[in-house]
This record gives sequence, C-alpha cells and structure tokens, in this order.
Amino acid sequence: MSVSINIENVIKKYDRTIIIPNLSLKIENGELFTLLGPSGCGKTTLLRMIAGFTSIEGGVIKFDDKVINHIPAHKRNIGMVFQNYAIFPHMTVKQNIEYGLKLRKIPKDEMSRKVDEILKLVKMESFKDRLPERLSGGQQQRVALARAIVIHPSVLLMDEPLSNLDAKLRIEMRSAIRDIQKEIGITTVYVTHDQEEALAISDRIAVIKDGIIQQVGKPKDIYTRPSNVFVSTFVGSSNLLWGIVKIDNGIKRLLFDDGFSIQMNKLSDEVKDNQRVIVSIRPEEFSVKDSGIKVKIKTSTFFGRYINYQIIPIESKIVNNQHYLEFTQDLGHVHEFFNEGDVIYLFPNPEKINVFTEDGEKNLIRDVKKNG
Amino acid sequence: MDKGKLKFDFWTIITILIASLFTVFLIYPLFSLFASSFKDPLTGAFTFNNFIRFFSKKYYYQGLINSFLVTTSVTILAILIGSSIAYIMNTYKIKGKNFLEILIIISMLSPPFIGAYSWILLCGRNGIITRFFLNYLGIKLPPIYGFVGIVLVLTLRLYTFIYLYVSGALKKIDVSLIEAAESLGSSPSKKVFTIVFPLILPTLLAGGLLVFMNALGDFGTPMLIGEGFIVMPVLIYSEFVSEVGGEANFAAALSTIMVLITLLLFIGQKYIINKKSFTMNSLRSMQPKEFKGLIGVFSYIFIYLVVFLSIIPHITVIYTSLLNTRGQIFTNEFSIKSYKLVFQKLGQAITNTYLYGFLAIVIIVFLGMFIAYISTRKRNILTSVIDTISMIPYIIPGSVLGIMLLLAFNKKPLILSGTSIIMIIAFVIRRLPYTLRSSAAILYQISESMEEASISLGCSPVKTFFKITAVMMLPGVFSGAILSWITVINELSASVILYTANTRTMSVSIYSEVIRASYGTAAALSTILTLTTIISLLIFFKLSGKKEISM
Ligand SMILES: Nc1ncnc2c1ncn2[C@@H]1O[C@H](COP(=O)(O)OP(=O)(O)OP(=O)(O)O)[C@@H](O)[C@H]1O
Ligand SMILES: [Mg+2]
Repeated sequence: MSVSINIENVIKKYDRTIIIPNLSLKIENGELFTLLGPSGCGKTTLLRMIAGFTSIEGGVIKFDDKVINHIPAHKRNIGMVFQNYAIFPHMTVKQNIEYGLKLRKIPKDEMSRKVDEILKLVKMESFKDRLPERLSGGQQQRVALARAIVIHPSVLLMDEPLSNLDAKLRIEMRSAIRDIQKEIGITTVYVTHDQEEALAISDRIAVIKDGIIQQVGKPKDIYTRPSNVFVSTFVGSSNLLWGIVKIDNGIKRLLFDDGFSIQMNKLSDEVKDNQRVIVSIRPEEFSVKDSGIKVKIKTSTFFGRYINYQIIPIESKIVNNQHYLEFTQDLGHVHEFFNEGDVIYLFPNPEKINVFTEDGEKNLIRDVKKNG
Repeated sequence: MDKGKLKFDFWTIITILIASLFTVFLIYPLFSLFASSFKDPLTGAFTFNNFIRFFSKKYYYQGLINSFLVTTSVTILAILIGSSIAYIMNTYKIKGKNFLEILIIISMLSPPFIGAYSWILLCGRNGIITRFFLNYLGIKLPPIYGFVGIVLVLTLRLYTFIYLYVSGALKKIDVSLIEAAESLGSSPSKKVFTIVFPLILPTLLAGGLLVFMNALGDFGTPMLIGEGFIVMPVLIYSEFVSEVGGEANFAAALSTIMVLITLLLFIGQKYIINKKSFTMNSLRSMQPKEFKGLIGVFSYIFIYLVVFLSIIPHITVIYTSLLNTRGQIFTNEFSIKSYKLVFQKLGQAITNTYLYGFLAIVIIVFLGMFIAYISTRKRNILTSVIDTISMIPYIIPGSVLGIMLLLAFNKKPLILSGTSIIMIIAFVIRRLPYTLRSSAAILYQISESMEEASISLGCSPVKTFFKITAVMMLPGVFSGAILSWITVINELSASVILYTANTRTMSVSIYSEVIRASYGTAAALSTILTLTTIISLLIFFKLSGKKEISM
C-alpha cells in the first residue's frame, strides 16, 4: 500500500560539511511530489535518504507513522528509478521486471500476469525478451519504471529519470510517467533541476536551495506567488526592479525610480510607508501602454509563438546582477511589434506581480503561503 | 586520388608483410609440428603410432591425467582465492591496499619456477622450515614435492590474474545496479548472487581460462617441484630433449594433443562469452565501506596471509642470494659470493636476457601497433585472418612453441636452431598478444575523426598514422608492452628447449643452476631478475601515473 512520507528535522552531513541543516516535509499519500533546486542543493541526497542508500545524521523519516531510519534499503519496499536507469545488463526486459517479484516469492502465474500487465502499461510488450543493450534510452526508461512499480512499492522514487533523454522524448515520457503514476496512485518523489518539468508533472513542488526548503506548493502557486526572490527567479524568469511603497490614506502604491507608480491593493498590511522593496515582474506580466516604466528595446528575438524582447529601463534601477529585463509578446494577441532602439512604456499588471522585502526573503503580497 | 592510393599501398604492404611473417614463423611451424606428429621416426612414413603409443601406455597418458588434476585444482583454487580477495578489497576499506596490490602484481609477473624453487628451499627435504619443525618441534612435515607443491606454487601465483580481472570487472559495475537490486528488496547476500556474480561471470570465465592455460603450459614448476608427478609439459620436454632426434615425433604428437585441448577450451570459452556478453559502463563505481566485526578481522588475516605467502619466494631468493655458500648449502654469514660467481660464470646470460628482451620488445611494439591498426581500421579478409591468427599464441604452451620452432627451422631452407634469432622469435610470438590487445583496446577508444581531421588538414594518411594515431595509442601500447617485456625476460618453457650454451638467458640459467643444486647462484640470478621486474614495474607506474596494470 502507498504511504505518506514524513520528514522531520532531518540533518545530513558529509564529514564536517552540512548538506542539509534541518529539513521537514510532509509528502501526502498518492501525490507526485517534486524536489526542485539548482545543482548541488541536496535533492539527490534527500531522495537517497528516503531510499536508505545514505545515512541520516539527525531527525527522522517516517512512512506513515513508522520511523524507517534504521530499516535497510532492501526492506523499505521502495521502487526507485535511477538517472542512468540501472537496468541489469545480463537480464532480458522480462527478467529485469521479474527480479523484484521473484524476491517477493510471487507465484509463477501471478508473476507472469503482473509482468504482462506492466509491460502493457509502459507499452513495452513487444520487447519482453530483448537484452537491455538493444534498447533505446526511452525504452530503457520504461523498463526501469516498470521494474520499479511492478512490485507495488510503498513509495516510488525517481532521480532525474528523464535527464538522459532528448527534448522531445522527455516531454513524451513526462506525461507517460504522470499518467502511470495517477493510474496506480502511488506516492512518488521526483527529483529534477528542470523547473519546466517540475511544473508540468507535479502535484506539489518543494523548491530547495543549499539544503533548505524555500517553498512548498502547487506548481501554479509557486509560479504565481513565489515565497522569495530565489524562487521567483529559479522557477520561470522574473524581472527584478527596485521600488518604494507609498501609503496614502490607506491606499498602497508602488513607486519606481523613474517616478511611475501603480496602485497595489494586494500588498499585505505589514508594509510601511517608504519601505524599499524588490518588485518582481514576469516577462508576460507587462503590457504596452501610454504610461508605465520607460524602457528601450535592446534586442528582439522571434520564437514563433511569441517574441522575446531584451529591454533596458531608462531611469528605473534593476536589482543587482540582472543586466537587462525581459518582456514577451504573445503573437496571437498583439498587433504592434517593436524594433531595436524603440522607446516604450511597460505597464505591470498589479494583480499578478510580486513584491519582496529588500533582502529578497519575504513576499509582501497578502496570503502568500511558504508552505502550501 | 594520389593520397588515397598511397594509403592503400602502405597498409597493403604492411598487411602482406605481417601475413608472410605469420605464415613463416607461426603457421608453417605449427603444420611442421602436426606433420611430424604423424611421421614414423625411422621411415618418415605417415603413421598414427605416435598417438597410439601415447594412449596405450599408462606412463604417458597418466601425464595428461596429472595435468588435468593439477590444472583443474589450480583453476578452482585461484578463482576462489582471487575473486574473494578482489571482492573484499573492492567493497571494504582495507588498510595498505595500494601496497598489497603492488605485491600482488609483482608476484603475478615473476616466473613461477622461482616460486617452486623457493618453496623447495623452505619446505623441501633440506628446507629451512622442514628442518626447523624437525629439529625443534620434532614434527615431520608432509613432503612439498609432487601434486601438492605444484598446486601450491601455481595457485599462489595465478590467483593474482583472477584478482586483477575480477577487480577490473567489479570497478565497472555501476553502484546504481546494486542499489536498484536493493530497492527491489534484495538482501545483501542475494544481490551478490543475482547481480554481482552474473555481472562478473564473463570476466571470471576469461580469467579462469587464462589461469587454466597458464597452469597447463607451465614447465618450470612441475619440473622442479613435481619429482615423480609427471605432467604434460615435462613429458614433452623429456621426450624431446633426452633422447635426441628419435623421440621428436613422439614429442610432436604430445604437443599436438595439447594444442588440440587448449584449442577446444579456447573456442568453448569464446562461445560461452559471446553468448553471455553485455557491456557495462560505470558512472559511479562501488565505494569501499568500513569493515565491522569478526568478519573484518578474518578478511584481513586472509588477505594478508595469501599475499604474504605469494611474496615469500621473493623474500627467500633475495635473502638467500646474500648468504655465503659452502657447496650446495647456505651458511649463516652474509656474503656477495653468489653474485661474484654469477658475473664470472653467467654474465652472458644477463646480457643475453636484456639484449633479446629489448629486441623482442621493439618488434612486439611495432607488430602490435600495426596489427591492431589494420585489424580495427582496415577490415578485410586478410586482416581478419591475421587478427584470428594472432590469437594462436594463446593456445600454444611454451614448450610446444619451442618444439614447433625447432622442428621447422633445424633444416634448410631456413636454419635458425641454436641462434639468438630463434629465441627472439619465440619471445615475440609468445608475448605479442599483450601488446596487441592493449593496442587494439585503445584504438577502439580513439575516434576515427581524429585521423580524418588530420587528413583534412593536409597530412597524408601514413604520416597521420605516425603523427596522430600512433602517438595517441602510446599509453595503451605502453601498458601492454610492459607486460610483454616483463614476461619476455621471465620466459622459460620455450627458451629451455631452444637455448644453447651461447644463447642462454637468466631464466634458463636459474633453471639449470637449480637442477645442478647450485642454489646460491640461482638465488643471485633470481634476485637480479626479480629486481629487474620490480624496477620495470615501478618505472611503468611512475610514467603512466597508474597504480594498476591492465590485462
Ligand atoms: N559522498 C559525498 N561526500 C561528500 N559530499 C557529497 C557526497 N555526495 C554529495 N555530496 C555533496 O552534497 C551536496 C548535495 O549533493 P546532491 O547530489 O544531493 O545534489 P543534487 O541536488 O542532487 O544536485 P544535481 O542536480 O547536480 O544532481 C553537493 O554539494 C555535493 O557535493
Ligand atoms: Mg542529483
């Protein structure tokens, strides 16, 4: 049976370096939960702690209410899909899939029924007797998935299972994984550093940086209401501008350096008059109006469905290391296109944009959840 | 067009040249051997009598049975010992691992007859240990001669091959395979049997065959320590050497039988390996873990004991070479008398060894590179045939090769018997495969686009071979050549048949000194040979920056 995973105050150290200082997380039964973060942030480490391949230096990990810290990997009843698939090269597709079933002493007829079922599920029926050497990357991936889920594990763990595939296959396999996961309803922890993949596949996502969870939430919440500047720039891209909060008769406005200001009803009550803030605007949250932030077009790139402009604000200041801002125009809905050197006014959508404290650590929009 | 033609010409010439060399020095002698085994010694007529004689006299066919007994025992023991040590050393952190590995490599590369003769010095009738047990403890040790001694000496040397092979295979297993097995519910012992063992099985078979062939073909060990326990190479040698001429045909028949057996084994192994083959490439190999508990203690004792036992011969020869001798007996004071004697009497053996070894290795390197190149890059019928023929040395035991060459070249048109040339030819044929294999292996890793890039930049194909390909091949060639070199200077079983007073090498001299019971000079020569081996190895490690040797 599928279980929930409770991670409580978990610590990971290699010798003296602390990789995960103190991490707590609850993964619900049956959901597809993604660990997302830049390279080296500790995603694989956390996953392998759940699997039992890496020791836990502090805290507990529970499957439902059962502490599993000291249960060896082979008794945890997990299914794991490895980045390099780890298909046993000396066994055929069928033998690979049977491997876990045999260890569980499943009777012969039931075993072959299960194997056939799962092969059908991953669309690999016709490859049953092949040796893995003669399978393509995507096919090996399916075998790895089938082998992991055929044993009906309590949880399914996947470490960047798609990173060895080409772009097109990645998208195909991503929906295959999602469909299969939903069909069998198994708790799944999925590791990736590809934010687009994470958004597309997950029920919920945990964004991790340096072993610390930055935000947990549904893909849409994470994208639209990131909890801090790191999340807003790591998941999707965001333009960061300096701004100042102005409160006048209870009406909150956001003032940019060039004098342009917009009314911001969504700002939380903790903001103060004249507070310096970071404004985070996604490229698609701008529209071209008669008034707005005054910018000059640096370059424009045509992508087919949309046009991407690199722009330089004329007076407003960009936060630290961004060299230019980005603005996209959806080709289906606009009529006017711009050329390099044009000066235009961009109007940010106050319903959509996010505002962070000066240190970038906290979202000042009302009701943003760090832990959703 | 012009350049294309030049390339065709150069490699065609090389191919034809190599094909002719193989025909003259390998195929023709092999057929001379077969032909002479069917010849009546007196009349020269065609006959099966030589074979009938072998299978009808117990004294003879017992040699074959003995050979099988020894070889099978050695192979099984070597596999058990070698693979357990490899498994332990690769899964657990062992203190002194680098040091142990160097000792293992040294004992692998030194000639087995030094082992035999050291064990005689230690546990023989008059041996140090035997006397110690008898005089101080009143215990009479079982004799070391015969079956036990041969198996002991050969096992202690040949497990090292298995160790190296299996270590290499274990390093190629990606940990994710093992973790996958664990994640599917496999217990630690199960995963060894269901994953690790099947994955190293092809390697184990290849290593097992190598051990088997080595044990089967070894002449020095059973000759020195076997006494009444006669095995095939000893039989062949004594039939061929003792009663000159008359028994050559019978010896040829014995040789033919041996070649047939090794050929069968070789083909059988190829067949099994082809059926079981799969490639592994490891991203993350296994990380050695800390040892815990009693098992750890036993493993340590086991490993250190085996390695110590296998290095004992070297310690013994070096130590005894520095002792004074009175007649056949070592006395208790130190002296360099043995070395003085060696340089007076046997100086030529030393220069011969280095000279022949050097010449042989130059030829081996060129042949190895060229054959590797034509058989990987210039595939056609002729090069495939050459590729196959270059496997033959694997299945020909040293003494058989010696007899082959003598039978072929002791008469016109090409009389080579008794010359240094025939010695060098034997060395080249026996030890070419090491260099050839490693050259071919590295060629597979060098992308052909390197050569194409060079040619596209205006360098002719032949020039490209020497300027680009050959240079890039060097590390691989080098690691094979070091094996060839070390095994050339230690070669005994073919040389002992081919040598004359003027062409004797160190190995041959050690052997004959031991036979004459002048243990002092034998020890001194063995020490020189062992030190040469060790120094060659150290230079190799230094230059290649590696700490291992690839087989
Ligand atoms: N065996 C180890 N010993 C020491 N440090 C380690 C070890 N394994 C991982 N680390 C360190 O732990 C940190 C987290 O590694 P981890 O593999 O979990 O990263 P990741 O988030 O999976 O990154 P990627 O996206 O690149 O796979 C890294 O800084 C890494 O260097
Ligand atoms: Mg990772």
